[in-house]
Amino acid sequence: MSDLFRVEGLTKNFGGLAVSRNISLSMPAGERLALIGPNGAGKTTFVNLVTGQIRPSAGRVVLNGEDVTRFGAVPRVRKGLVRTFQVTRLFSQMTPEEHVTLTVLQREGKATRILSRFTGNSEVSGEVESILSTLGLLDVARRRVGEIAYGQQRLLEIGIALALQPKVLLLDEPAAGVPSSDTPRIEQALERLPPSLAVLMIEHDMDLVFRFAKRVVVLAAGEIIFEGMPSDVAANEKVREAYLGNYAHARSVA
Amino acid sequence: MAGVILIIAAGLAGYWLFPDNLALLTRVIAVALLVLSLDLITGYCGVASLGQASLFGAGAYAAGIACVNGVTEPVTLVAIGAVAGAMAGLLMGTIMLRAHGLAQLVLSIAIVQLFHEAANKASAYTGGSDGLAGLMVSPLFGVFEFDLWGRTAYLFGLALLVVVFVVLKFIVSSPFGMLCRGIKQDPVRIRAMGSYVFPVLLKMFVISGAVAGTGGALAAISTQVVGLDSVSFELSANALVMLVLGGLGTLYGALVGTVIFMGFEHVVSAINPFHWMTMVGALLIAVVLAAPGGLTGLYETLLGTGKRAKGGRT
Amino acid sequence: MQTILSIAIDAFAYGMALFIICIGLSLTMGLMRVVNLAHGAFAMIAGYIASYAARDLGLGYAVAIFLAIIGTVIISIPLERLLYRRIYGSPELTQVLMTIGITFCIIGITNYFFGPTLKSIPLPGSLSQPVDVGIRTIAGHRLFVMACGVVVAGGLWYLIEKTDFGIKLRATVDNAAMADALGVRTQVIYAISFAIAIGLAALGGVVGAEFLPIEPYYALRYMVTFLVVVSVGGAGSIPGAVVACLLLGAVDTTGRYLMPEFGNFFFYAAVIAIVCVFPRGFFGRAQ
Ligand SMILES: Nc1ncnc2c1ncn2[C@@H]1O[C@H](COP(=O)(O)OP(=O)(O)O)[C@@H](O)[C@H]1O
Ligand SMILES: [Mg+2]
Repeated sequence: MSDLFRVEGLTKNFGGLAVSRNISLSMPAGERLALIGPNGAGKTTFVNLVTGQIRPSAGRVVLNGEDVTRFGAVPRVRKGLVRTFQVTRLFSQMTPEEHVTLTVLQREGKATRILSRFTGNSEVSGEVESILSTLGLLDVARRRVGEIAYGQQRLLEIGIALALQPKVLLLDEPAAGVPSSDTPRIEQALERLPPSLAVLMIEHDMDLVFRFAKRVVVLAAGEIIFEGMPSDVAANEKVREAYLGNYAHARSVA
Repeated sequence: MAGVILIIAAGLAGYWLFPDNLALLTRVIAVALLVLSLDLITGYCGVASLGQASLFGAGAYAAGIACVNGVTEPVTLVAIGAVAGAMAGLLMGTIMLRAHGLAQLVLSIAIVQLFHEAANKASAYTGGSDGLAGLMVSPLFGVFEFDLWGRTAYLFGLALLVVVFVVLKFIVSSPFGMLCRGIKQDPVRIRAMGSYVFPVLLKMFVISGAVAGTGGALAAISTQVVGLDSVSFELSANALVMLVLGGLGTLYGALVGTVIFMGFEHVVSAINPFHWMTMVGALLIAVVLAAPGGLTGLYETLLGTGKRAKGGRT
Repeated sequence: MQTILSIAIDAFAYGMALFIICIGLSLTMGLMRVVNLAHGAFAMIAGYIASYAARDLGLGYAVAIFLAIIGTVIISIPLERLLYRRIYGSPELTQVLMTIGITFCIIGITNYFFGPTLKSIPLPGSLSQPVDVGIRTIAGHRLFVMACGVVVAGGLWYLIEKTDFGIKLRATVDNAAMADALGVRTQVIYAISFAIAIGLAALGGVVGAEFLPIEPYYALRYMVTFLVVVSVGGAGSIPGAVVACLLLGAVDTTGRYLMPEFGNFFFYAAVIAIVCVFPRGFFGRAQ
């Protein structure tokens, strides 16, 4: 009952392909949950459904007791449902500082002002600086994003999400594509996430999953096939089959 | 602000160097306002339009009609043009933003053609294909007559351009301007940052309409006629060519492109208008192949970058 | 009743002429993802060649059509190799600019060689006479255009859906890299498709000259109409193009008959309404 966030029977078909099948899941505030599954299992689609980038064929998304299924992506963000992207979507001509500033201004409802200056906006510069420094991005704060390392871009994705002060944060493979020398910095950033925040992380690196999450959900062919402690995952027969066997491919709708 | 001083200097230089061509130079300023307005939605928001003259024409006809009906004070006329342009921008944005890509482009063309037909048919108000002639504009501030040589009109236009340019510089470096640039690159990302896209773009259409309408009103005041060519597809297409020639998304590019394009047009089309078409065509192809950033982009590349990286922060 | 029938016949013939010209454009845009604003310019080139062959050289209509198609395709080949190939896959604005540039050049050059006057393509006797089809007589040329339209629609459908080339074309469109890896020579597929599109433009330009007269500004004057057809019908869709051409032909022709003084007003109003309601066109693919 005290769940902060809940999805019920979430289903999505692309043409004849069932990419999400009747997914139900709930998270209390402060939970750290990992969502894993083979490639093409429908993990990113799940995030898209939850945050409103795409519309479900059936099912509900409930935040704080409120049904947000009918809302678009923007109101969901404003209510605290925030995601990062598996492949970074940043503005290559802008700097990290500008990304975070724009996001904070947006959250404060000041991003559509035409008569104030954008740079050197003292109302938000303190907060922007603190977010960038938490993520260790201060020294590249004024470089264009196109010029900084990919690991730093991934951190900036998280920074943008944090600037929105989310209640539920969905991280889509935050360490994907990052050289292993940089993963500790990302992990460090994950550890520093606000404790009350509910975080769902999609990740392939099982070591990271074990350290980060208290609970793991496994998705295969659009279906939840396991839910439980990280330590029990590897022993589960269905999970083994999913990764090694024929579950990996989304099955057609009968 | 160095740029503003440069504009004023160039404007005054034109005044001293070409005293016999002030009518043409005033026309250049009016069109420069149109191209600036196009830069706002194409260069800053990524919405391509081949119908921007709708907004210019709305301003020109509004000012013209007001003038023949007894409102002859020039500053008021410009304000009327700007408001009419803004309203046309609101309408055009509402329609165009329903679609994307090719459909959006087609809508922009259909809108300018519809405006053109409307202006043609409403000849009781617009003079139809003969144009709306005989605008008698009162002296500026009650003192400066609009003289035969077009001195007052030119200096008035130059002042307008400077004011508009400074205002636009503010707007594009505001949070709103930054948001527009973000939308141009990735609207999905902007939505995931919690901002709606449509109202932001619509707002820019309204601002763009006001700027284009100002240009239209200036054209009406300075030439004392409003013709159907001010709401034409040709003018819209030329505006896009000028913008691309100068470079998108810098404001300066719009001015540079307009001046160079109209300068050449003046020289070449006097010889043969079809040679002019061939040249513009070849120029466009060359820009696409050799200088996708336009002349300002080329200039920056030649200088070895630097400017762009700073550009976002000035 | 007679008026309605005349309008219907004119609208249908006009729609079919539009279809023959536009379907090539629809295919380039839908299948090759190139916004080719210069499409009409090729129809215009064909019109000039046909006019030269039939009027100045006194050749037959069929020969003139044949020469026009061949000539136009030959002219388009270097353009495809040197210019179009650079903009496959480029952003839309780039394609728009490049192809407007090509249009302007073609207009300027055409006028330099042929002058600004209207060029007629004399019809052979058999097509200029009315033909009795039972209920009433119809101008032979109208019937000919309708027949051409039906043949083109059927032929293209067969080519794309039923032939080996069609399979390769669709594979290339879906995933060029994959098709390449499977041994489809995508560059060749593109070049052939482009040539077919241009050939159809040429055919349409010649047989449609009664409706859309050949003059240097042709390419610009009707550019809008052609683009409208494609965006209303949905790029790449043959049935979409047929429906769009017939519908817009009907709106245009009816408007001209009933309210000639309002000329294009209804046409553009209809376009805006349709595009607003169907932003992807009647038969457009979801993105
Ligand atoms: N827009 C779409 N249209 C059709 N199929 C899609 C679309 N998006 C994703 N899919 C398919 O859905 C399946 C799941 O994709 P995704 O959610 O990205 O998987 P994951 O993130 O788990 O690797 C894949 O088979 C993918 O091809
Ligand atoms: Mg994924």
